[in-house]
Amino acid sequence: MPVLKSNISPQSAIFQDNVAAHQSGLEAVRLAEQTAHQGGGAASQERHLSRGKLLPRDRVNGLLDPGSPFLEIGIFAGYELTEIACPAGGVIAGVGRVCGQDVMVVCNDATVKGGTYFPISVKKHLRAQKIAEQNNLPCIYLVDSGGANLPNQDEVFPDENHFGRIFYNQAQMSAKGIPQIAVVMGSCTAGGAYVPAMSDISIIVKEQGTIFLAGPPLVKAATGEIVSAEDLGGGDVHTRLSGVADYLANDDDHALALAREVVSNLNRPKVAQLDMRTPEAPLYDPSEILGVVPADLKTPYDIREVIARLVDGSRFDEFKARYGTTLVCGFAHIMGMPVGIIANNGVLLSEASVKGAHFVELCSQRKTPLVFLQNVTGFMVGQKYETEGIAKNGAKLVTAVATTSVPKITMLVGGSFGAGNYGMCGRAYDPRFLWTWPNSRIGVMGGEQAAGVLATVKRDAIERKGGSWSADEEAAFKQPTIDMFTKQSHPLYASARLWDDGIIDPRKSRDVLALSLRAALNAPIKETAFGLFRM
Amino acid sequence: MFDKILIANRGEIACRVIMTARKMGVRTVAVYSDADAQSQHVSLADEAVHIGPSPVAESYLQADRIIQAALDTGAQAIHPGYGFLSENPDFVRKVGAAGLTFIGPPASAIDAMGLKDAAKSLMVEAGVPVVPGYQGSNQDPVFLAAEADKIGYPILIKARAGGGGKGMRLVEKPADFETEFEAAQREGQSSFGDPICLIEKYIAQPRHVEIQVFGDQHGNVVHLFERDCSLQRRYQKVIEEAPAPDMPPAVRAAMGQAAVEAAKAIGYVGAGTVEFIADGSDGLKEGGFWFMEMNTRLQVEHPVTEAITGLDLVALQLRVAAGDALPFCQDDLSIDGWAFEARIYAEDVPKGFLPAIGTLNHLAFPAGTTFETGSVRIDSGIRSGDDISPFYDPMIAKVIVHGPDRRTALKMLTAALAQCHVGGATTNIAFLSALSKHAGFQAGNVDTNLIARDLDGLIDTTAPADHIIAAASVLSLGLVPTETGDPWQSLANWRHWSNATYTSRTVHDAEVISRKIEPLSEGRFVVCNGDTSRTIGIIHKAGTQYTLDLDGVQSTLDLVVQGRSIFAFQDGRSFSFEIPDPLAGHSEGADGGDNVFAPMPGMVTIVSAKPGQSVTEGDSLFVLEAMKMEHALRAPRDGIVAEVLVQPGMQVVDGDLLLQMEPEDE
Repeated sequence: MPVLKSNISPQSAIFQDNVAAHQSGLEAVRLAEQTAHQGGGAASQERHLSRGKLLPRDRVNGLLDPGSPFLEIGIFAGYELTEIACPAGGVIAGVGRVCGQDVMVVCNDATVKGGTYFPISVKKHLRAQKIAEQNNLPCIYLVDSGGANLPNQDEVFPDENHFGRIFYNQAQMSAKGIPQIAVVMGSCTAGGAYVPAMSDISIIVKEQGTIFLAGPPLVKAATGEIVSAEDLGGGDVHTRLSGVADYLANDDDHALALAREVVSNLNRPKVAQLDMRTPEAPLYDPSEILGVVPADLKTPYDIREVIARLVDGSRFDEFKARYGTTLVCGFAHIMGMPVGIIANNGVLLSEASVKGAHFVELCSQRKTPLVFLQNVTGFMVGQKYETEGIAKNGAKLVTAVATTSVPKITMLVGGSFGAGNYGMCGRAYDPRFLWTWPNSRIGVMGGEQAAGVLATVKRDAIERKGGSWSADEEAAFKQPTIDMFTKQSHPLYASARLWDDGIIDPRKSRDVLALSLRAALNAPIKETAFGLFRM
Repeated sequence: MFDKILIANRGEIACRVIMTARKMGVRTVAVYSDADAQSQHVSLADEAVHIGPSPVAESYLQADRIIQAALDTGAQAIHPGYGFLSENPDFVRKVGAAGLTFIGPPASAIDAMGLKDAAKSLMVEAGVPVVPGYQGSNQDPVFLAAEADKIGYPILIKARAGGGGKGMRLVEKPADFETEFEAAQREGQSSFGDPICLIEKYIAQPRHVEIQVFGDQHGNVVHLFERDCSLQRRYQKVIEEAPAPDMPPAVRAAMGQAAVEAAKAIGYVGAGTVEFIADGSDGLKEGGFWFMEMNTRLQVEHPVTEAITGLDLVALQLRVAAGDALPFCQDDLSIDGWAFEARIYAEDVPKGFLPAIGTLNHLAFPAGTTFETGSVRIDSGIRSGDDISPFYDPMIAKVIVHGPDRRTALKMLTAALAQCHVGGATTNIAFLSALSKHAGFQAGNVDTNLIARDLDGLIDTTAPADHIIAAASVLSLGLVPTETGDPWQSLANWRHWSNATYTSRTVHDAEVISRKIEPLSEGRFVVCNGDTSRTIGIIHKAGTQYTLDLDGVQSTLDLVVQGRSIFAFQDGRSFSFEIPDPLAGHSEGADGGDNVFAPMPGMVTIVSAKPGQSVTEGDSLFVLEAMKMEHALRAPRDGIVAEVLVQPGMQVVDGDLLLQMEPEDE
């Protein structure tokens, strides 16, 4: 397989400049992550610990196999989203390994508003379940939650993708043979009670976990009955009398050990689906990525510089290298796993679109997973391009991407604008995982373009009425739109809303892709039935 | 030569004899007790015969059964090894009466050397120097006190039938004589059934130097030079060497000649050892050594002699027993280089050399030869996974090194000991290692009091160093990456941004050690103990070897994870850590369990529980003696005892069911 050759030396000034230019973006993300990592903060954590509970992250680490990676999703959920802070959405979620089995862990963070479900918490929980369902990952729910956040009930309870969907998903996944395991390590109130009740197996911690449809205050209000939480729905009641839970644990450590026992008995043999090779490091260090990617999206660069730092041995079998050159397609291996890579190297033209569609067909036929490296301003505009049918050619790519059955992993390494986002497997196209870089930007179009469109419409209206519009006036008119787009296209803004699964350190891209791909392989790759391609 | 021999022994010496027999084309029959059914000597032998229950009195001391086993299997000769029946003249006679050959001296020679006073008189007659003393049968205290005055204090009182340090008392001044004498008589009576005592001069700076002799049935006797066994603890040899340090050739010749005379005086045949006590206070002198006793068998420490002479003593034993003449004469023999032997025992040195038991889950020795002379030789009858049971001598291995000179050989011993890794039972390796580095020993200034005098400096009870705890803590969490093709394994501890943090819990010396651990880049970790945090790098080199870097200080050590045990080995010291099992001790269902299990291997000494008895949670039901400690086993809950499955005196292993409770009513 041909080996990519890098044209940028780590000693060069441009390399150093690029690295420096990425620092502020990285730093902002790192700070945001550290805040989210702290959950509800020191005071809240102290209170949690004083009850003999493990902190939620310790619960996750204690559940996972020693040394297991944790491919966390939605760390930035809720970041600067609402007035009441909800770090990480009050839920820790991600893929990890338990007893050699890749699983989805969903862990309530009771240090964040008692683990109650804010709208973003629900969205994150559902996203985690979707990842589990798509990738056939057993779910382990570490439950410690007061249920729906009451002040937000209208945005949490009634709609299709609200609280009820969690239990619907549990039932659906159980029906598909995806194990659902609940470990009740704290409250599990009202709707939350259905998490263990709907699970295949549930474990409850003695004198700590509680499960009830209505807590003691509500019971008293409703019927006047006075009962303690433990007598109403404690571990003893549920493992001895009600049968709502199956195992009684003495403490958090014991409960996690029991959960591991449960996973060890799932009997889910792994099925090899790909022609794996011995993993090989790239010729160029993945940590050099910051030096080969300009921080400013407007500066063009060769995406092969990135690919050379992601794939095994920097080997890349490029497909149609001489045709439709603004889209780079080719076969490679990432930590031994074969992948088809589709990466932007400029604006999407008709040739690039049909080449991309062709390549997706190839990968679908071979059942080779796809990796999308998005850096796209969109499809080309203008009379020439419309005439040659860029809409239908773009549609071919979109159709192929939408309907292929192979696992798709998308990484935003630059811009993600307009219909380019669709053709390059944006969120709506169900990539198994979608990761973004701190320098990436996302929007229906760029802020300048959007403001320009609005300004042109306005200028036309003014000039139709015979008025005039100075350049200063136009600039002042455009600025709020530009500001709004700037703010809303920032990856932290996007990730706070779970438009993606998280912002990653670009230097860890190879790791992230490898872990994502490997997790995706838990689900069998089905035959693809493409939609109609407009010819 | 014999076609087939039976080895009436076990452990390393049985294995050692088998190895030589095999080389000589002689088939071997092993004998074994219940406890030894899976032992190495059984698997090495061509045939094996079960001779009884585990206690030695019911198996390895059963002369008739062993002789019958030889007859049944068609063995022509019996090799007794050392210990057990090796110096029992009745056994020798019985072997002969059964028409078999005893590979060892005639019964008369054993008889002659069996009783110390008679042996000494015999030696005096033969012109062999003996320690001034009284070996007669007059046991009148007043008479003996007068004899003691003649010899001059300090003196030793020894039980006539004693040995190995038992029944031996040091008396510093005349005033103490009577009490000590009475005590020695009592001990002689209780230990050996013989109250008669002898007295002799006590030598202040004594050295234990012994001569290996060999005789054949044709009247030839030679000596194979000396061994110095001065490093002793309570008369138990710890490290032996050959030749003896600072041995003038004239003294060697005189001592050798005296030993040969001694052997000849009793018509000795086969391998024997004449032990001398030498006064080391002013160097070894021709008039400064005295006969102590003769061991009429192959000695534990015979390999050091094999190393410096290049001879296989077991092969010689077999040839001589088969009637061959010795294939060499005295002048053919010479000394080549220097050899040391260290005896590795399962024993707890800081706790007064208490015998230890356990399952040797991990056993690794330095690369070298087994049962055959080389630069490093390991003689062991124990394999990884074997138990050290309370029934037998807890010796694990003998480490023998052979170098061109004393200094080199001693360095080799230190290095070899550092590579002896035993996990699963406490051993004396650290003590041996410290001893091998003792300045006086290194300089050759040995005497039999050296260990007792410097014991404190030889026992290291310091807690494991920070880097060892840090490494064990990291390993207890299994955080060191394994190389595999699967990114979910090779990307150990991987996180997007903030590092993972873990809490490790290990138990060392019954103490829980807790550390917070943050993995950094591959193989590097921050280990926090309270407010102190240190960075440790752990690189797995090969096998059990790791390179550590604690805040820039590098070292190498060996680490072994075996189930929930972690063993760390460094510079001859070893540390074990247990990882608590979160699932252990938690019984599902009722509040307490319905069964009582043995928590460790040991002997049930007291059974206070009776079937049908009503007990309250915490009541003592059994006493289990293990590791010389008594452990009370208590009722797991209130209830009625259904069944008691053990009796006092029963040996149990970890996890054995001891008692069942009646099921609880709902």
